[in-house]
Amino acid sequence: MVSVAEMPEKMTSPIIVNQSESMPQSEIERGMIEIEQLDFKYGAHQVLHDVTLSIPARAVTAFIGPSGCGKTTLLRCLNRMNDLIEIAQITRGSIRIEGIDINASNVDVVDLRRRVGMVFQKSNPFPKSIYDNVAYGLRIAGITKRTLIDEAVEKSLRSAALWEEVKDRLHVSGYGLSGGQQQRLCIARALAVEPEIVLMDEPCSALDPIATAKVEELIRQLKEQYTIVIVTHNMQQAGRCSDHTAFFYLGRLIEFDATAKIFSNPAQRQTEEYITGRFG
Amino acid sequence: MIAVASNSRRVRRIEGVIFWLLRLATYFILACASYIFLDIGIKGGRVVFTTTPPFLNLPFLTEPPQTLYVFEHEGKKLTLSDRQFRDWKTAHAGVEVETSSVAYSAGGIWPCIVGTALLVIGSMTVALVIGISSAIYLSEYSRNGRLIRLVRIAILNLAGVPSIVFGLFGFGLFVIFFGWNVSLIAGWFTLGLMVLPAIITASEESLRAVPQGLREGSLALGASKWQTIRKNVLPYALPGILTSSILGIARVAGETAPIMFTAAYAMKDEMPWQVSRWTDFFFQGVMALPYHIYVVSSKIPQNEYTERVQYGSAFVFLFLVMLIALTSIVLRERSRSRLSW
Repeated sequence: MVSVAEMPEKMTSPIIVNQSESMPQSEIERGMIEIEQLDFKYGAHQVLHDVTLSIPARAVTAFIGPSGCGKTTLLRCLNRMNDLIEIAQITRGSIRIEGIDINASNVDVVDLRRRVGMVFQKSNPFPKSIYDNVAYGLRIAGITKRTLIDEAVEKSLRSAALWEEVKDRLHVSGYGLSGGQQQRLCIARALAVEPEIVLMDEPCSALDPIATAKVEELIRQLKEQYTIVIVTHNMQQAGRCSDHTAFFYLGRLIEFDATAKIFSNPAQRQTEEYITGRFG
Repeated sequence: MIAVASNSRRVRRIEGVIFWLLRLATYFILACASYIFLDIGIKGGRVVFTTTPPFLNLPFLTEPPQTLYVFEHEGKKLTLSDRQFRDWKTAHAGVEVETSSVAYSAGGIWPCIVGTALLVIGSMTVALVIGISSAIYLSEYSRNGRLIRLVRIAILNLAGVPSIVFGLFGFGLFVIFFGWNVSLIAGWFTLGLMVLPAIITASEESLRAVPQGLREGSLALGASKWQTIRKNVLPYALPGILTSSILGIARVAGETAPIMFTAAYAMKDEMPWQVSRWTDFFFQGVMALPYHIYVVSSKIPQNEYTERVQYGSAFVFLFLVMLIALTSIVLRERSRSRLSW
C-alpha cells in the first residue's frame, strides 16, 4: 500500500486540479456524499423512496438489503451511471458530493465519473493487455508520458494487490487472468485515475472464498485513501469490511448506522429480521 | 381389418410421393448450380487456362479487348486480333482480303478487371464510411422514437429497392443533376448506396455484440461517450463489420444495373490511370466485368468467335466473387476465435 505522502507529485493529474477549482468550500471533506430525499423512477415504477443518507468520507459504507430493494440503483446514481438508461430519472431530491449537486446542469458528468470510480458486479476487463487496461483511464484523461503511465500502472496494481502476480506478464491479455484477478484488475483500473470515491457493486459475487478474502482485505486497505461504497448480498462481508451499513427494503432506507451497531443491536425490527436471516 | 390395411397402403404411397417431391425440389437446386458452374468452369477454364506453361492465358488477363478479324488467305482461315491484323497487312502489302470482324472477341479483359476493382474499392469506402457512421448513431446515440423507427423502415425499404432503380437514381442525381457524367465517382456513390442497408445492418449487429459492460467500464473511468466508442467499442466491432462487409463486396462487384448508366463504358482505350489531370481520374467512366459480360453477350452479333470472351469473362468474374466470399468466411472464423467474451 502506497500512502498518500508517497504519491509522486506528478500524479497530481488534471482530475485533482479540476476538483480544487470546483470546490471552494474548505469545510467540506473530500469524498463525502450527501443524499437528500431522493426519489428515483424507472418509467412509472418508483424504485427509491425518499432516501436521505450521509456517506462519510474515507470509510467503507455497505448497502445491504434483499434483491430489488434499490441498493444498486442508488449506487449507480452516485456516478450517474443511470444516465445510460433512457427511462430512468430522479424525480425528487438531490445528491451532493463534496457539497456539489452532481445532477446540476453545469456538472460535467465525465469529470464526475473520473472522481467517482466504479467496480462492477461482473468483472469487465477490456479485451486489452493488463497494462493497457490499467492505463486506459489515464490515456483517456490525456496523459501520454510513458514514464507517468508506467508509474501509475505499477502503483495501481500494487494498490489492488495484483502487482506481484502479473508483473511479469503486463502485456498479455487481461482475459487470461482468473476471475478474482480480473476483478482486482478492474479495481486497479478504477484506482489508476485516482478517484476520491470508489463504488463497488457486489464485487465478490462471482468470486470464490479465497479471491473474496483478497478483495475484502483490499477494501479494508483502500479506505485509508478512498471513500468506498459497496453493495453486497453477503451479510458476513458487510460485517467484515464495512464501517457503516445502510439497510434498504422496498426502495426505502430502513436503517443507517455503524456496522457494529447494525449487526449487534439494530434499531428497526425489519433490519434485525433481515440480518438474522428471517426474511430476504 | 382389410380396409384398414388398404388405407395404410394409400397413406404410405402418399408419404412416398411427397418425400420424392421434396427431395427432387432439393436436388433441382443442386442440378442448376452444378450446370452453371460446370458450364462456365469447363468452357471458361479452356479460355483462361492453357496446357503449356505458365498454364494461364496471360494475354486474356492482361490485355484490353480487341476486335477479332476473320478471313481466308491462300486457303487458310485466319483469326487475328486488331493489332495482329495490322501487322499482317503491312507484311502482306497489296493483298486484298475480305474480312468479317467480331467486336471485343480478341485480346483480353484487363481493363474490366481493373475497372471492377476500382468500383469495388471506391463504393465500399463510401458505403463503409456512411454505413458505420449511421450504425454508430443508431446503436449508440439514438433514443428509440418515432423518427428512429422511420429511419429503420427506410433502411429496410432501401434494401428492397431493385438495383435498376438505384441505377436510374444514380443517373438522375449524380450523372445529370450533379453533372458528374458517367464516371467512377457516380458509380461509387450509386453502388455505395445500394449496399448501404447491408452495411448498416451488419455494423449495428457487430456493435450490439460488444458487451455493455465494456461501455460502462469505460464511461465509469471518465471517458466521454465518443472516447468510449472510439477506444472501447468500435475496435472490437470492426472485425465483424469488415467481414460482413465482404459479402457486400461480392454484390457491388456483381451488379450490372446500377453501373450501366452511371459508370460503365462498353469500350475504352485508355487505362484508368492514363489521365491528364489527377482530378480527371474520378470523373472518367471505366469498363467493368459484369457490364462487359452483358455487352459481349447481348450487344454484339453472336457467332462461334464470341464464345471465348463470354465464357472467359464469366469464369474470371465467378472466380473473383468466389475468392471474395471465401476470404470473408475465413476472416470471420478467424476474428470470431480471437475476440470472445
